[in-house]
Amino acid sequence: MSQQQSLFEKIGGEAAVNAAVDIFYRKVLSDDRISSFFEGVDMDKQAAKQKSFLTMAFGGPHNYTGLDMRLGHAHLVERGLNDSHVDAVIEDLGATLRELNVAEDLIAQVAAIAESTRNDVLCR
Amino acid sequence: MVTIRYAKDNFELDENQSVLDCLTGHGVPVPFSCRSGVCQTCLMRATGGTPPEVSQYGLKDSLKLQNYFLACVCHPGADLEVALPDDDDIQAVIPATVKSLKLLNTDIMQVVLECHLPIDYRAGQFINLFKNQSLGRSYSLASVPHEDEHLHLHVRRLPQGRVSGWIHEELRPGETVEIRGPGGDCFYIPGNTEQGLVLIGTGSGLAPLYGIIRDALSQNHSGPIHLFHGSRDLNGLYLTGELHELVQQYSNFNYVPCLSGDDVPHGFAAGRADDVAFQQIPNLKNLRMFLCGHPEMVKIAKKKAFMAGASMKDIYVDAFNVSQSS
Repeated sequence: MSQQQSLFEKIGGEAAVNAAVDIFYRKVLSDDRISSFFEGVDMDKQAAKQKSFLTMAFGGPHNYTGLDMRLGHAHLVERGLNDSHVDAVIEDLGATLRELNVAEDLIAQVAAIAESTRNDVLCR
Repeated sequence: MVTIRYAKDNFELDENQSVLDCLTGHGVPVPFSCRSGVCQTCLMRATGGTPPEVSQYGLKDSLKLQNYFLACVCHPGADLEVALPDDDDIQAVIPATVKSLKLLNTDIMQVVLECHLPIDYRAGQFINLFKNQSLGRSYSLASVPHEDEHLHLHVRRLPQGRVSGWIHEELRPGETVEIRGPGGDCFYIPGNTEQGLVLIGTGSGLAPLYGIIRDALSQNHSGPIHLFHGSRDLNGLYLTGELHELVQQYSNFNYVPCLSGDDVPHGFAAGRADDVAFQQIPNLKNLRMFLCGHPEMVKIAKKKAFMAGASMKDIYVDAFNVSQSS
């Protein structure tokens, strides 16, 4: 009788995104490996971007395309964005979910979705 | 090549040029102030073509739908026919009579304005005050609707300030000026009355904060309200008597005047207002923040507040960008 729950529902839907966005953004800003990429950006606009990224990574509704990812990160790739930085973001994402007591198997699924954007983010 | 059509003239837009620079470069009297898409002084309307979405950022939905845009951040990819906002629209120019002018300290003037038409605003929002049709500046509202009969502004005299200098030296009570507004989203939103509020301001950044505090208190905000107002020396602080009276009157209100200069008498905190605030309240989780005044202070304090636990949605800012043309 139970319908299969989606990943997004299992994590907690939009409420989970709202709970995660501040924690995730704070981790990213205090992560010395990647924080320099966020210097001087408008924090409100950045938080909105983080929110749509998290929604997508949590398996929720989104309008992201590979092209968006490329356009959005091209200027950062020029500044040296590489695999190690993507690794750092995915790590911070996992730590955020652990802080929110999300189960490890769900965290692995989120990490896999984030991982699937790697080549677009790095424009290759 | 993109063409901007204004009245009967066609102007070619240079690469990387904003519509504002293009028009003012050709002598069109478009009022402007911050030149960074914030103050909304350079509001224009596209009567032909579609303005880029980014040039409508922060505008009310009702204005977006009517193709209003901010000329200073408008870099269209296709031709645009533009007009200055006319008097019939939502942001119509409203005449107002100067009721009084009073120096609050050596360089901040309180301007009290009586609007000729009712204006619906919230304490902490700003209006644009015009010296003439093409020269206007944004000033935050220190008055509270329903508490104060008129609009109250705190105008700091800037070196070579063309509007602030005029207000300080030439404007007289009884004269009529034109204003437009209100705008801005730095104000007290009713509800969640037990939440703690932390307000940090420098210089005339006290204007919106003074309005916000009295608005919150008048709406029975019961959570602790901490105000940190900073200046370099004693001369820069003002309304200290009024604020100390509020402390006497409301047990949940706390006022910390901060001095960043060398001479710090008893009763004042030593250091910049933001530093003192973050030192006294290291954990900002679940608190509502209001940051007003010097743009650099606001920028730094916003990041610090967020890192210290304040949620992005709970941080309200009003950065006083000084116009590059004074």
